[in-house]
Order: sequence, then C-alpha cells, then structure tokens
Amino acid sequence: MEKKRFTDFKEGMLSGIPIMLGYFSVSFGVGILAHQAGMSVFSAALLSATNLTSAGEVAGIDIIASHGSYIEMAITQFVINFRYVLMGLSLTQRTDKNFNLPHRMIASFGITDEIFALLIGHNRKISPWFTYGVIILPLIGWTSGTALGAAVGSILPESITNALGILLYGMFVAIIIPPAKKDRRIILAVVLAAIFSSCFKFLMPFVTGGFAVIISSVLAAVLLAIFFPISEKEIEEEGR
Amino acid sequence: MSIFIYIFVMASVTYLIRMIPFTMFRTTIHSRFLRSVLFYIPYTVIAAMTIPAIFFSTGDVYTSLIGAFVAFMLAYFDCPLIVVALMAAFSAFLAGVFF
Repeated sequence: MEKKRFTDFKEGMLSGIPIMLGYFSVSFGVGILAHQAGMSVFSAALLSATNLTSAGEVAGIDIIASHGSYIEMAITQFVINFRYVLMGLSLTQRTDKNFNLPHRMIASFGITDEIFALLIGHNRKISPWFTYGVIILPLIGWTSGTALGAAVGSILPESITNALGILLYGMFVAIIIPPAKKDRRIILAVVLAAIFSSCFKFLMPFVTGGFAVIISSVLAAVLLAIFFPISEKEIEEEGR
Repeated sequence: MSIFIYIFVMASVTYLIRMIPFTMFRTTIHSRFLRSVLFYIPYTVIAAMTIPAIFFSTGDVYTSLIGAFVAFMLAYFDCPLIVVALMAAFSAFLAGVFF
C-alpha cells in the first residue's frame, strides 16, 4: 500500500513537470503585475500559494490596485473561477475508491485548468496520491515564479517572456488533439466550443473571459450530448 | 483595505468553488444525458480556453500563429506535452527574432 502511494505520487509528479514549467513562466508575469500594484514579494507569493489560478489572480490584483471593495473581489473571483465547478463535477466521475472526504477536501485545492486537463486525460481512475503528486510541482512553480517576478520585475528580455506566453496553450493543444483524432464527436465538440468562444471574443467582447469559457463549453457539450449521446456500451467501457 | 483580507477573500471564494462540487457530489451519475455532457465538457472547456486565446498568447498574432501551427502539428503526431509546449514557445521566439 505504501509502495503504491509512492509510485502513484512519483508518477503524478513526473506528469506535473510540464505544468510546473509553464506555470513558472506565467506566474512570473503575475509577479510583475503584483509588483506594479505595490504588493510585496511576500504578499505576491502568498497570493499565488493560496489561490493557484491565473485569471482570478490577475483580476484580483487589478482590484487590489484600484482599492475595490471586498464584495467586488468576492463576486469577481466567483465569476472568473466558476468554471472549476464544472471541472470538480467532472472529476468526481474519475476518482478511484481511495478518494474519501478528507482527500477530496485537500485535493480540490489544486484543481486548475491544466491540472484538471491532465487528471481527466489520465488513462485510468485517479488516486489521491497521484493527484497530490500532480499538484505539488505546479504549486511550487506557480508560487516561486510569482515571488521571483515580484522580486526582479521585468528582467528577462521581452522577446523571451512574450514567446513563453504560448507554453500553456501549446500544452492544451497537445491534450485535446490526440483524443480528437480518434473520435469525430470530440472533433465536433472542440470545433463548436472554439467557434463559440471566438464569437464571444470578437463579437461580444463585453463578456468576460471566465463567462465566455463557461457558456461556450457548456453550450457545445450540451449540443453534443443531445445529438451524439455516449452509448451504454461506452459507459461500461469507461468503467466509471 | 488590507492586502491580507483581499488575499483571504480571494482564496476562500476560489477554494469553496473548487471544493464543494468535488466533495458534495459523490454518487455515480446515471442520467445518460448528464454523463454525455460530462464526457464532452473537458474537451469543450479546453478548446474554449485555447481558441482564440492561443492566437494572441505571445502578444503578436504572427508569432502566435507560427507557434500554434507548430503545436498543432506536433500534437497531431503525438509528441509529448512538454515537447509540444516548448517547441511552440521556441518557434514563436524564433519567429519573433526573424520578423
């Protein structure tokens, strides 16, 4: 049992390395923003260690800089991070039998877009220790990147920090293309969601990023579920 | 307005959003429709987050396009995540140097 935990944890850590690298560079930018908003290195690091989310933190830093109210802060975080509700629900269907309440309460802290994508793409049900392994390095990368960004400001040349902006998206692409290649329904789901989200960006720019992602993804998934519901056979095969 | 209260408010709201659905919802879902939605959600969420954002991710549409193209090609040929991500960034960087 102990050995299983260790191998699970190690496997999780290895798969978390790309996320850690991506987070380190992105959070570096968050740290720079925090510095510009007048936050100390300590509070910037504390912010990242306790929130572990990019869009929410950036929006939060804006509110801090403009001395917004706590209510505004709470509502903004709720809206921007509401997508984690979908991810949490989705993940409940993928957990193994060891995932009891305390494990869930701890592991839920680490649900981010990228970690969720990795967990959901795992080839079998996820165990608590695998999940902790996945979370630990990205959390360290995210926190230390923020601290470093806040400490040194903009020290890397812009040509490098700009290029690093694509890292996480490159990872997203690598996550969805392989399953989409094998399943036309997934291609359709991906294309629909991409079209909806592009419509929000270009035609309805007043809809904030968090909302645009929620509406686009739910709409596309509901349409696919209506027209191409998964079969009973697939449900059995997934063994959920 | 204390910085630590701001951080506390942010962290609490964000944690509750993550924790409640993951803990309060432990039974297996039987509705075929809901299971189908949950089957598609991961792909649609990631797609909606990636497109169109990837085309603006480097701050320049042209270098982003080149990075995105490289990412799509390498992902199509099943390269590991880290290779796809780093090569996308590296090609966007190179494109930025040459343009």
